[in-house]
Parts: sequence; structure tokens; C-alpha cells
Amino acid sequence: MSALMLSETVGTPVRQPLMRATGVSKSYGETIGCLDVSFTLNPGEVIGIVGESGSGKSTLLNVLSAQLSPDTGTVEYDLRHKGMSDIFRLSEPDRRRLMRTDWGIVHQNPRDGLRMDVSAGGNVGERLMAIGARHYGEIRAEGLDWLAKVELDASRVDDKPKTFSGGMQQRLQIARNLVTRPRLIFMDEPTGGLDVSVQARLLDLLRGLVRELGIAAIVVTHDLAVVRLLADRLMVMRHGRVVEEGLTDQVLDDPHHPYTQLLVSSVLQV
Amino acid sequence: MPPMISVSALSKEFVLHTQGGARIPVFHQLDLEVTAGECVCLHGPSGAGKSTLLRSLYANYKPSSGHVRVVHGKDIVELGSAEPWQVIEVRRRTVGYVSQFLRVIPRVPALEVVAEPARLAGVPDAEAEKRARTLLGRLNIPERLWDLAPATFSGGEQQRVNVARGFALDYPILLLDEPTASLDAANRQVVVALIKEAKARGAAIVGIFHDAEVREAVADRLFEVAAYRRDAA
Repeated sequence: MSALMLSETVGTPVRQPLMRATGVSKSYGETIGCLDVSFTLNPGEVIGIVGESGSGKSTLLNVLSAQLSPDTGTVEYDLRHKGMSDIFRLSEPDRRRLMRTDWGIVHQNPRDGLRMDVSAGGNVGERLMAIGARHYGEIRAEGLDWLAKVELDASRVDDKPKTFSGGMQQRLQIARNLVTRPRLIFMDEPTGGLDVSVQARLLDLLRGLVRELGIAAIVVTHDLAVVRLLADRLMVMRHGRVVEEGLTDQVLDDPHHPYTQLLVSSVLQV
Repeated sequence: MPPMISVSALSKEFVLHTQGGARIPVFHQLDLEVTAGECVCLHGPSGAGKSTLLRSLYANYKPSSGHVRVVHGKDIVELGSAEPWQVIEVRRRTVGYVSQFLRVIPRVPALEVVAEPARLAGVPDAEAEKRARTLLGRLNIPERLWDLAPATFSGGEQQRVNVARGFALDYPILLLDEPTASLDAANRQVVVALIKEAKARGAAIVGIFHDAEVREAVADRLFEVAAYRRDAA
């Protein structure tokens, strides 16, 4: 036993992270958004960020997804061919290309992530064209394939999203984001505002797609059931700070921080 | 051969901040080793900390102090200090856990629920599904239910789906939390047979078995968790 303990090793810890945030802070005047947040995300890993309204989780997501600049701290991402690079030091075209190709952003309100006056098929195909696809037949075939993946009827391919229900719009937004096979997807309350029955379907779908495609994801939500189902790891935020983090089931079943305990005990059943 | 599971000086105490900081000590300085092919039954009255220990072995609970080491492939992983992804890897390939209740995922059919762990560990789809069919059949889940989500199944059926899921992969380590609690005699015997087969292939097993008959059939020794209360010694 003692000999083995000496040679104790833990897996092969040489993993190239996909994203690394270091000391990220962002405030709005006197109001704190997020404060000194650091973490590392590995490829294919799904991380959940929970906390009540005003805890800073959406601010953090906006910084991580380059929609908002941090006051201090860095966000590095493993760029193809370039390795870890600070996303706020990229040129504007490089950052835009990154956001269009390697990332997906699923907004809480599908209206923020879809073009409402463009057909469903167009919404999906547009992203492909943005990364250079030109063959109409292939774009349409891929679009139809993705509509099927998110369980939208092929007969609706030429309809505009404004004629869709909220749940259908959200599924279309997911298809639009996943069609370019991003390595990282950001989700802000992906099931917010949907009926419970629709939520379950969407969650199940997201869970399957994320696992099947091996996509890393950062999911912000106030719904602990969502992270239980989707996230490998959890960060609990309060007043802009991460107060507890770890394996999702560990944080939910054995919470240590007073705020996490309150959060978990306030839910009827997770 | 090193023990598959090695627990040393493990202590666990819950601090309930929402209830005035109440401290609930569970066990203190607990040691336990489990070797390949051995089945240890956690024993003791309700509240002794059996489930807490079992959950600690799965890294579902964090130790207050002490270590839980498991043999994972060629490595030894200390679960308390391992990174989340490492624990996930250990769970994916090495440590299987059968909880008392099935956590139902909406819309996922029983067959898929059972086949999933094997598929996630890299077993080809067809083989994982074949194994799942065999297990569901052995556990007497009627075939007409296999393509349905277990949400509407009876308690006993859900537990059998859960057991099947736990045995879908030949985990080197198995943790069983009352796997026969709501099963009839015939199905209890199926679970006993599954446990014996797992032991025979060299799995290290830790379980909570309230049923004396099951316990006598599978356990090599009893482990008294209550002996490790802080005030015990």
C-alpha cells in the first residue's frame, strides 16, 4: 500500500483547457456585476452557473462570450491553430469570426437570437453561409437535417419564426447555433419563459445534443433542475462572487456555503 | 494486489447553516479497505451513516477530512482532491452506483436509460443495447415497457431499471444502496445472482442490504459504521 501511495497519480492531468477566465471583474458604476471570477473549462465539459437575479451570472456570461468587456481580468480561449489567446486582444474581425464559427450563443429570448423575418430554414442556413457554404442544395439539406434534430417538422422550413410557438422558436435557435458545430455554446436561461412540459422536451434535447456532439457549454440559469440534468460542474454566484463550485451533484447534494444551502433547501424538489 | 477501495481517516460532519449552524457529526476517522471480488455490507441502525459513507465513496458527498482512494485503471485516484472531470471519468469507467430511487429523465426510454452508461464508456451502440436487453429481460421488465420512459413505471419496476443500469457496464467497483428494497422474492434472487456474478469477475462491492437473506447470500463481511462515531471508541 505504502509503495502505491508514493506513486499516487491522478489520471493524466495533461488536458488542454478550452477556456480560462482569470480574475474577471465587471461593474456598472457603483453596482457590481461580477467580482474576481476564475475558472477553467475543459473541452466537452458543461458548466452551470446558478444564483438569484442580480447575482452577476448574466454579466459573467456576457463577458465570457465577448459581448461585454471586463474591467479587469482575462478570458482566454483555445483558438484553432493559435492556442490560448485573450479574446479581448483579438482584432474585431477575428473575434467576430470566433463568435460566428467556434461559438454559439443561445439567448433566453429567441427573438434576440433569431432573424424573425427570415424563414426557419434560412435562419439555419444563414449561419452555414457565414462560414463559407455556398451550395444551395447542401445548405438546404443540412438545414432540414437540423430541423429534424431539434424536432421541428420539415413542412415548416419555409415558415418564419414569428409563426412559431416559444418552444419551437427556442429549438430553432438551438439548431441555428449548433449547425456550424461550435466547440462552445453559451446559454442564458435556455428554458426560461417556457411551459414546464416544453422545458422537459427542450432539456432532454439539449442533453442529447451536447453529449452526442461533445460540445462544451456554459449554462446560466436560476433553475437547479436544469443544471442537475445538463451540467457536469456548477458555480454558485452571489453578489457577483462565486461562493461555491464543484461537481454538480456534490454541490447540490452536499452544499457547504450558507447561500448554497439556502438555495437548495428553498427548492421543493431538485 | 492493492485494495480497490481504500478509505483512511475519513470524517464527515454536516454543518447546517440554515438551521443556526447546527453540526451533525456522522463518522470520525473511519478506515475501510475493499479488495477485488469482495462484497462488504455496511451495517448498523438507521442514522448510523451507511448512506453517507456510500455517497462519500462515490464523491457525491465531500469528506470533512480524510481520504477515499480508488483504483482507476492503472492509477489511484483520491476522490476528495480530484478535479471534477477526473471524478466524472472515475464514475464513467470504474465506479458504478445503484441508488435507491431512479432519477427519471423525461422522455428517455427504459432501454436507453439502461444502455447509456455503457455507451458513455465507449461500448459500441449495438453491444450496449444488447446488454441492456439482456438485463431488462433478466430483471423481468416486460418487453412492452422497454421503449417507454420509466416515469410512469411502478416503484419496483423503476428500481429494477435502476439496477439494470448499474450492471450495464462491468464496473470494477460497485456501490449498491438497498438494491432490493422494493422487489419481490423472485427479483431479489435475480439481483443476488447479478451481485454474485460481479464478485466472480472481480468487482469490489460495497452495499447496504436490509434484507437478511440477500445480505447472507452476498456479503463477505459486515462493516459497522456506527463504530466510528466520534464518541464511540
